Amino acid sequence: MFYRENGQFKTGYRADQQIFPIRQDRLFIGLLLAAAFVAVPLLASDYLLRAILIPFLILALAAVGLNILVGYCGQISLGTGAFMAVGAYAAWNFGVRFPGMPLVVQILLGGCFATLVGVLFGIPSLRIRGLYLAVATLAAQFFVDWAFLRIAFFTNYSSSGSVSVPPLTAFGLPVHTSLQRYLFVLVFVVVFSLLAKNLVRGAIGRQWMAIRDMDVAAAVIGIRPMYAKLTAFAVSSFIVGVAGALWGYIHLGSWEPLAFDLARSFQLLFMVIIGGLGSIMGGFFGAAFIVLVPVALTNVPHWLGLSLSVDTAAHIEHMVFGALIVFFLIAEPHGLARLWSIGKEKLRIWPFPH
Amino acid sequence: MGFFLETLFGGLMSGMLYALIGLGFVLIFKASGVFNFAQGAMVLVAALSMARFSEWIPAWLGFENLLLANVLAFIVSAALMFLLAVAVERFVLRHLVNQEVTTLLMATLGISYFLDGLGQIAFGSSVYSIDVGMPKDPIFILESLFEGGVLINLEDLTAAVVAALLVAALALFFQYTGTGRALRAVADDHQAAQSIGIPLNRIWVIVWSVAGLVALVAGIIWGSKFGVQFTLSTAALRALPVVILGGLTSVPGAILGGLIIGVGEKLSEVYLGSLVGGGIEIWFAYVLALVFLLFRPQGLFGEKIIDRV
Repeated sequence: MFYRENGQFKTGYRADQQIFPIRQDRLFIGLLLAAAFVAVPLLASDYLLRAILIPFLILALAAVGLNILVGYCGQISLGTGAFMAVGAYAAWNFGVRFPGMPLVVQILLGGCFATLVGVLFGIPSLRIRGLYLAVATLAAQFFVDWAFLRIAFFTNYSSSGSVSVPPLTAFGLPVHTSLQRYLFVLVFVVVFSLLAKNLVRGAIGRQWMAIRDMDVAAAVIGIRPMYAKLTAFAVSSFIVGVAGALWGYIHLGSWEPLAFDLARSFQLLFMVIIGGLGSIMGGFFGAAFIVLVPVALTNVPHWLGLSLSVDTAAHIEHMVFGALIVFFLIAEPHGLARLWSIGKEKLRIWPFPH
Repeated sequence: MGFFLETLFGGLMSGMLYALIGLGFVLIFKASGVFNFAQGAMVLVAALSMARFSEWIPAWLGFENLLLANVLAFIVSAALMFLLAVAVERFVLRHLVNQEVTTLLMATLGISYFLDGLGQIAFGSSVYSIDVGMPKDPIFILESLFEGGVLINLEDLTAAVVAALLVAALALFFQYTGTGRALRAVADDHQAAQSIGIPLNRIWVIVWSVAGLVALVAGIIWGSKFGVQFTLSTAALRALPVVILGGLTSVPGAILGGLIIGVGEKLSEVYLGSLVGGGIEIWFAYVLALVFLLFRPQGLFGEKIIDRV
């Protein structure tokens, strides 16, 4: 009844090629942005911002980046944590070695370095495919973990191996309280999501999808596999690297290589799969799921009045998490984004489904 | 020279252990097309159950015979792995037939989280030991050839022999029994196998049970060597380069890949590691496998990848 595009005629090519061709979608996105930029800062508590919204936004950004590689170009990667680590450490090194470099530039340069490493480890994808590639990307993960742990240069010879960031300012404004951090991250997430959304519906995005669906056939019709695959790796690891830099700078403040270990890579892959492969929206759904489930799992025993030891609680959390993942894969293998679009279809003919 | 040989033997023997874990991957991948990330968690659960039951059973029944306790614990653990196989087939695989490879991969990751949690709730999460009476003394061989001979750990040698026997038994099982033939048929083509009356579900239970049994043996050997604890489940990650090096569908590939990776790791750690700060064996195997795959994308013995449009 409300979600129906009747009467919205496209009269020119511009109208035909908008990001959100349906008025209701535009309205929805506008409201969402307004809520994120105005309502949340007014209403949200410090805990909500610090412990839920900021991690959610940063992980969603990383998931969007990974989705470009896995969901749009079909190259499975288990090394996402490594690219995040490269982004974070590169940004930090620029900050330490070039005092006075603006924060945003540091973070973007971190992304650039992640791009370099991503392309380097993406080269094998030209020969190796599928599961073999997935395992091969683990090489990136283990190598990068090792490099940041053992090569003292990267941590500026800090004795403990962990690094911490100084107080942050961007464009002369402090980025200190949870609210300021939240807004800072939000701007990044909105800009990069729009960028990603536009990339995947352009020529390059179509090339990625052609490669995903069948790379030999794509090559036959004139798509260069090397160009398409490596650009997917480059764009994906740039976004992931920026997310990594944000994760280190804004969320953690100080960190060691363990913050970006294999578990992080798996976590991001879960987000992409549960959220929905090949969907920008899916990254956000997946991140929300992965961030909220542990919070819920730690709080549910409290509400029920059970007292569990920390150990048992952690193990139960593991079990429930694993079971939920299996359940979601069985219930909806195409992820939450598919549920979302089914819901939209339903809404379109509601309340007269015939 | 003696030192080199010592490193080489050490590498070959740890390679056999990698091969043992890798074998679990290959078995399941061959028969169901699932890349089973939960293999490490299965090793952990099997080893935990072995360690705990060999403690509990004598306490319950009130006897003090180590051998009997171990045998009973082994039987109970094997039964547990069988139940696990049934549960996996019933609750997960059956519902995911014909899904994409990534979906199945993620599902096994979910299983692995579940098993990690379950195993540690059921059996506790401290460090346990398994004592199956493996000889611990080092021996010297080839003393006539070199000054001082070559030091070999008898424990490693036993483990390597057990692994080799297991592999041989599996090869015979696959080649000469009716069930083995059915397994190979399913591996070749699910639909064709089903159409000539091979029950797919039962085959999956069998193959997951066999993989569980392999995990149990691997868990006992690793556990009696390094102790049973959570890190055991990451042992599977060490075995991943082995299977992609050898080819995901090849049993001999897993063995040979294991040996290559084992030797490569040890030699690189000894001769290269000191140059770059040590600890390189964690990623060296992966990089070795990666470089190798660049030249042969399907691994050593994997089925040739043929592309058709």
